[in-house]
Amino acid sequence: MRLTEEQQKIYDGDMGETYAKIMQTLVRYGELFGADEMIPVTGQYGHLVTSFGLKVISPVYKLMDEIINAGVISKQKFTMDPRPLDPNVPSGPIKDLVFKKFMYSMQDEYEEQLKKLGLLSEDGFSCACYFDEQKNKPNKGDVLSWAESSAVVYANSVLGARCNRNSGIIELFGSILGIVPKFGLLTDEGRKASWRVELKTTKLPSAQVLGSAIGMKVMEDVPYVFGLSEYLGCELNDDVCAYLKNFGAATASNGAVGLYHIDKLTPEAVESGEALIRDDAKTYVIDDAEIQRVIDSYPVIWKNPDARPKMCFIGCPHLTRSELCGWINSIYDTLRKRGRSKTAIPTVLTSAPGVLKEIAGSDEEKKAKEIGLTISYICPLMYCDNPLVHSMPVITNSNKLRTYTSCRYYEDDKILSMICGGN
Amino acid sequence: MKEFKGRVVVPGEVTATALVSHDGFNTLASYQTSFLTGDKKATCSDQNNPDLYKKPMAGAALCLPQTIGSTTGGMILYTASDYGRQPACMLFSKPIDSIGAAGVLLSDIWTDAKMPTVDCLGDDFLEYVKTGMKITVREGGTVEVE
Repeated sequence: MRLTEEQQKIYDGDMGETYAKIMQTLVRYGELFGADEMIPVTGQYGHLVTSFGLKVISPVYKLMDEIINAGVISKQKFTMDPRPLDPNVPSGPIKDLVFKKFMYSMQDEYEEQLKKLGLLSEDGFSCACYFDEQKNKPNKGDVLSWAESSAVVYANSVLGARCNRNSGIIELFGSILGIVPKFGLLTDEGRKASWRVELKTTKLPSAQVLGSAIGMKVMEDVPYVFGLSEYLGCELNDDVCAYLKNFGAATASNGAVGLYHIDKLTPEAVESGEALIRDDAKTYVIDDAEIQRVIDSYPVIWKNPDARPKMCFIGCPHLTRSELCGWINSIYDTLRKRGRSKTAIPTVLTSAPGVLKEIAGSDEEKKAKEIGLTISYICPLMYCDNPLVHSMPVITNSNKLRTYTSCRYYEDDKILSMICGGN
Repeated sequence: MKEFKGRVVVPGEVTATALVSHDGFNTLASYQTSFLTGDKKATCSDQNNPDLYKKPMAGAALCLPQTIGSTTGGMILYTASDYGRQPACMLFSKPIDSIGAAGVLLSDIWTDAKMPTVDCLGDDFLEYVKTGMKITVREGGTVEVE
């Protein structure tokens, strides 16, 4: 790795041992992937994945203290993944006790550490930091030091920024030093597709299932998808961006995709077209049968597969404003048609704090209250990813939530029907 | 005995008993329950990994293709190492992935744990090695399996 004079001084300890260890970590990390230089982070803000003050990860707080006590300051401010707790979300005395007093008992202390290091704002907690309402939307070509797989794949693919699939802590180190090792998705070569995906379904597949199918097939490779723009069009409007958000999250969680190209739609595909595809790219054809095969492959890990759902989460990743309002209106209208006044299953719709502020006082918020919907900024994954909830039958339309927890996946139409009292 | 040669990610020598995962190693799913219960053996809690599920990971020679799953994975491995519940060594058949790399480097640079790590050992390695075999990691990336 070639370092600049300034970088070398940090590496050698001229700014102290802690700065040196941060630089050494990034240098060794880059060298493993063939990086021969560090490049500046040009995005305005970072984004960190570890947003939870889980008591059992005390070594992380020790490391944060070491960094803060050494006087280290992050060169850029950063946003965070969603908070793990929200008093609005249906719970119970046992869960409240366990969540607050045991599991996430370090939340307040951890957030104090984050503020000292460079937390952008009190509302800067969402996996969809790139929403306009969250104010961390990078520009095309920006180099980022982010983690959170769904945010990284969206920034790379839909916004055309450049970011590797970083781990927690590594992304903080990049923000602190304002540099990242140049390899992988930061290079032109690393952004080329090694898979041609040909969509040959008779209708637009669910974003969650299409992303899941592609993720499981290509794993960490870059896919170039043909046929999707026939359904979505060639404009990145709100609905299309929401689809791609959910699609990307599924590719990243069911596989390890950090970047995808959609023919005639995503920025680099529009610019360069098939020149982005490697000569030796493999082909994956997706038809209706393949979509069904993928859906049928999802295991149900509930103790009683026939159990009646006790909770529903919609919004992993967080819902856009139009998705959130769309869900509220759909549930409201369906309940009315069925002659019901409240949802049949306690249902939580999750979105970013900035979005929740924007809809405060709106007709949608009033409708949500009227029919008993909970709207929250919580991270559904952190709520569900513990033994108390593992034993509870929870349903979701999120393939990411299905992958990491015991939640059972249903497509949107089915979820809507179940929430509104259908079978 | 059979010898395999890979690339040194974290240097060191160690002898331990093999624990083999043929699927990707999901770091968060594997460690999460043992963190919550304080289990010092770090019994694997990943129900989707039949090779490892309910087997102790602390002190084992963990043989794997790559790590998979949440981008918190590196932080989780660092935490396990700080607690002294890390594998004795990590032996990757494929080139190490970015999340796994973060975990082993954070462990090496930021904790006192010793966890020699070798990658690029090849598919042959993962086909040959079985859970329970004796593994010795030598300096220079040589891995002996017997």
